[in-house]
Amino acid sequence: MSAKNVTTSTFQADVLSSDKPVVVDFWAEWCGPCRAVSPILDEIASEHADKITVVKVNVDEEPGLAQQYGITSIPAMYVFQNAEVSKVIIGAKPKPALLEDLKSFIA
Amino acid sequence: MREVIIIGSGPAGFTAGIYTARAGLKPLLIASSVEPGGELMKTTEVENYPGFPNGLQGPELMAAFQEQAERFGTEVLLDDVTEVSLQGDVKIVKTGGGETFEAKTVILATGAAYRELGLPKEKEFSGYGVSWCATCDGFFFREKTIAVIGGGDSAMEEAIFLTRFASKVYLIHRRDSFKASKIMQERALNNPKIEVIWNTEVAELLGETRLTGIKMKDTVTGAEKDLELDGLFIAIGNDPRVWLVENQLELTPEKFIKVEGRSSKTSIPGVFAAGDVIDPTYRQAITAAGSGCVAALDAEHYLQDVK
Repeated sequence: MSAKNVTTSTFQADVLSSDKPVVVDFWAEWCGPCRAVSPILDEIASEHADKITVVKVNVDEEPGLAQQYGITSIPAMYVFQNAEVSKVIIGAKPKPALLEDLKSFIA
Repeated sequence: MREVIIIGSGPAGFTAGIYTARAGLKPLLIASSVEPGGELMKTTEVENYPGFPNGLQGPELMAAFQEQAERFGTEVLLDDVTEVSLQGDVKIVKTGGGETFEAKTVILATGAAYRELGLPKEKEFSGYGVSWCATCDGFFFREKTIAVIGGGDSAMEEAIFLTRFASKVYLIHRRDSFKASKIMQERALNNPKIEVIWNTEVAELLGETRLTGIKMKDTVTGAEKDLELDGLFIAIGNDPRVWLVENQLELTPEKFIKVEGRSSKTSIPGVFAAGDVIDPTYRQAITAAGSGCVAALDAEHYLQDVK
């Protein structure tokens, strides 16, 4: 299962109004580490589908969203809970490290 | 049990893969889960790799390396090695994914990791104005003022690349001359958006929640001065990645894996090392590839002898 693409117009509905924590993966086609981490996030999302949702924001197509959240480095994974950023993960990491970072959301 | 396990997926690792696969040794190459391809994945144009007169993109070159290694039967695993046990005839390699492999030989091609300035707030500001990867993060600094720290080829390349986005790029170096190649120096020095600040090091990172500037220190006079910045790119070199093996293998005083003469033989029989992890001097894609070939041939000879 590959994560849903989110845009400025769907951000409210898909992220801010979600009743589950949402991991927003800010990425771009030209970012090698983003491409490496993306399938790992998809795996985590499908293994913990009852607890969290993973969505993607393409920063080339949505520079406004990237700017709004002050992104200066990708991949950047922002976890939103009740419309607020409750965790920020910067940089591609192996699956065990990502699971550790996300453990309070998927426990 | 396997004949060969290769740890690392840069030019050294994949070249070792090509050679050991062609020798019929069915190598397993453990490439890492999130950084397969190594250092070249972060570069743009590679102009000095022989055989490509028009240059090509770093990631393109690494995709070609992998394709060539797989064509002859190299098995590539996207996982991270977390532990090795190298003593004895059977080498054991464990991964973050929970697998354990055994092999008669291991080729270490783990490369080098970027060096940090070692200043307070450096980690905290990583992703908030401090970066080690111009190709990844340059995009976010459109019409901004940024600085690159360093004096080697990668610092020149980063500075030149960043002028595509930034309105101003300071190139800050602690000496009064660069060690970068002449062609790269000239390109940087002739770029109207790049201003070089010589004999200067970074004394402090400024800002509350994100980087807003740096305190610079003149390495000759000791005078300090602040510089307002939106971003800081650090390109001051790399350190060999030896944490997996530092308690098992002999290292050089500079913490590279020690090898015998021009070979790839480490202090343990059946364990070979190649690429940036043994090379304090040259560190080029082509020298790493040559070194990976040496390791493959050394492993092949070792396996013939122990049979």
